[in-house]
Amino acid sequence: MKTKETKIYDLIGHIIMTILTLIAIIPIMLMVISSLTDNTSLLQNGYSFFPEKWSSYAYEWIFKSNSSMIFRAYGMSFLLTAVGVSLSLAITTLLAYGLSKKNLPFRDVLTFFVFFTMLFNGGLVPTYINYTNIFHVKDTFAGLLVPGLLMNAFNVLLMKSYFVSSIPDEILEAAYIDGASEFKTMYKVAIPMAKPIIATIGMFIGIAYWNDWNNGYIYIVKNTDLYSIQNLLNRLMQNIQALSQNATNLSDANQGLAQIPTATVRMALATLGILPVVVIYPFIQKNFVKGITLGGVKG
Amino acid sequence: MMLPGLAYLFINNYMPLPGLVIAFKQYNARNGIFGSKWIGFKNFEYLFKTSDAWIITRNTIFYNLAFIIINTILAIIVAVILSELNGKRKKVYQSAILLPNLLSTVIIGYLVFSFFSVENGFVNSTLLPLLGKKSIAWYSEPKYWPFIIIFVNAWRSIGYNCIIYLSTILGFDRAYYESALVDGATRWKQFRYITLPLLKPTIIMLTLMAIGRIFYSDFGLFYQVPLNQGALYSVTNTIDTYVYRGLLQLGNISMSAAAGVYQSVVGFILVLGANLLVRKIDKDSALF
Repeated sequence: MKTKETKIYDLIGHIIMTILTLIAIIPIMLMVISSLTDNTSLLQNGYSFFPEKWSSYAYEWIFKSNSSMIFRAYGMSFLLTAVGVSLSLAITTLLAYGLSKKNLPFRDVLTFFVFFTMLFNGGLVPTYINYTNIFHVKDTFAGLLVPGLLMNAFNVLLMKSYFVSSIPDEILEAAYIDGASEFKTMYKVAIPMAKPIIATIGMFIGIAYWNDWNNGYIYIVKNTDLYSIQNLLNRLMQNIQALSQNATNLSDANQGLAQIPTATVRMALATLGILPVVVIYPFIQKNFVKGITLGGVKG
Repeated sequence: MMLPGLAYLFINNYMPLPGLVIAFKQYNARNGIFGSKWIGFKNFEYLFKTSDAWIITRNTIFYNLAFIIINTILAIIVAVILSELNGKRKKVYQSAILLPNLLSTVIIGYLVFSFFSVENGFVNSTLLPLLGKKSIAWYSEPKYWPFIIIFVNAWRSIGYNCIIYLSTILGFDRAYYESALVDGATRWKQFRYITLPLLKPTIIMLTLMAIGRIFYSDFGLFYQVPLNQGALYSVTNTIDTYVYRGLLQLGNISMSAAAGVYQSVVGFILVLGANLLVRKIDKDSALF
C-alpha cells in the first residue's frame, strides 16, 4: 500500500533522476549526433541536436579513405589494452598471492614496501627522468605500457585481502597434503576461487589502459605510429587549436598528420573512441559497481 | 613468484626517489642528476617568489574543496533518492549517471568543446541566441572556468561517488524506518533523523580521505578539458599542470622539480594527518 506522501516523493525522485540521466547522456548524444551531421551544416549552424542535414560522410571518410593512421591508432589501443590487462593481472596476482601467505619471510616488510608507494611518490620530474634516461622508453611501446599503469599497490592490497579473507587455509592445506607445489596450488585452487576479484580488477585496469593518453603524450614524441586512439584525438584537437590561433601555422600543424579532418570526422573518431567502452558497459556494470564499493571501503 | 611485481614497484616508484634531489640542484642535462651543482633551497626560493606558487596552490586547494563539498552533497542526495526507488528504471538511472566516469579526459575535452567552441559550439550558436545574448569567447575568459570545471567534475563523478553512499544506505537496518513510519515521521524527518546520522561515519571517512589528497589534482581535468589554453591559466593551473608544463613545455626543470617536491612532501604530510584522524574515529577504516 502506498500512501499519498510516498507517491509524491517517488514522483519527485523519478523527475530528479530523469533530469540527471539526461544531463549525463546529453553531451554524449551531442557528440554522436554531430558525427552524423553534414559538415557544412555543422559549420553554419554549429553543433546541434537537430541538424539541418544528416550525413554519414564522416564515417565513410574514416572507413573508405586509406587513413591507415586511424586504424593503426585504434589497433594500438586494443593491443595496449590487451597486453596491459594480461601483464598487469599476472604480476598483480602473483604478488598479491605471495603477500597473502602467512608464512612468507619478511611479510611485513614486503607489505610495507608495497604500501609505501601509495603514500609517497616522487612525482613527474624524477619519474620522467628515470624512464627516459635509464630505461629509454621514449618512442617505444613500453612507454605506453609501463609507466604508472602496469601495476598499482592499491590493486595488489585489494587482491591480497581477498585471498586472505575468502580462501580458507584448509583448502590450500588440502592441496599441499596432496603434494601440489606452491605454484600449482595457486594456479589450480586459489586463482579459480578468486575469479570475481580478478575480473573486477582486470576491468579497472582495462578501462585505465583504454582511456590513457598521458603516457603517450609524455613518452611518445616522434614515433606517431605508436599513438593510441586517445593520443590521436588529443593531437587532432591541438592542431585545431593551433589553426584557430594562427592561420600561418597550417603547414606546421600538418606535420606528421596527413590532413586535418573536418569537425564531423573528429566527432566520429571520438564516438569510435568510446564505442568499445559503451558496448561492453552493460556486461561490466555490475562488476564495476561492486569494485567501486570494494575500493571505497578500504580507502 | 613475487619478483616481477616487486621489481616493477622498485622501478616505477623507488628508483625515481633519489631524483628528488634535482629540486636542490642547478640541473644541467649534460652533467646528469648527480653531477649537477648543489644550490640548496634556491629553487624553492625562486618558486615561492613567483606569483605562480600562490596561484597553483590556491587553485589546487580551492578546486579540491569545492569538489569535496559539492560532490559529497550531490552524491548523498542521489544515493538517498536511488535507495527509495525500485525496479527497472532505477537501474537505468544508475547506469546512465555512471557512464561519464568511463570516458577519458580527452573525450571529455571534446564534449566540452562541442558546447563551448567559440565559432560552432552549441552554447554560442544555439543557446545564447535563443536567450537573445551575444556569443562569448569561452576559451579566453577565465571567469567562467571555475564553474565549468566544477560542473564537469561533478558530471563525471556523481555516479561513482553515490555508489558507496548507496550501498551504505541499503545496508541500514530497515527496522529504524518501519518504527519511524509507525510514529508518523515524514520522509524528510526520516532522512534528517535516521539516514543522515547513520551516514555520518561514512561521510567523515570519505571526506578525510579526500582531504588527504587535497594537494593532488586530476591532470586531465585541468589540462585537457580547458584545452591547455594560456588565457585560462590563472584559473586552471594546478600543481600537477605546472609541474608538467615546466618539465616538458618550458624546459624549466628546476622550478618544476621544486614544485614537485613541494607537492610530494606536503601531500605526504596531509595523507598521514588525515589517516591519523581517521584512526582516531574508526580504526578499521584507517589505511594503516
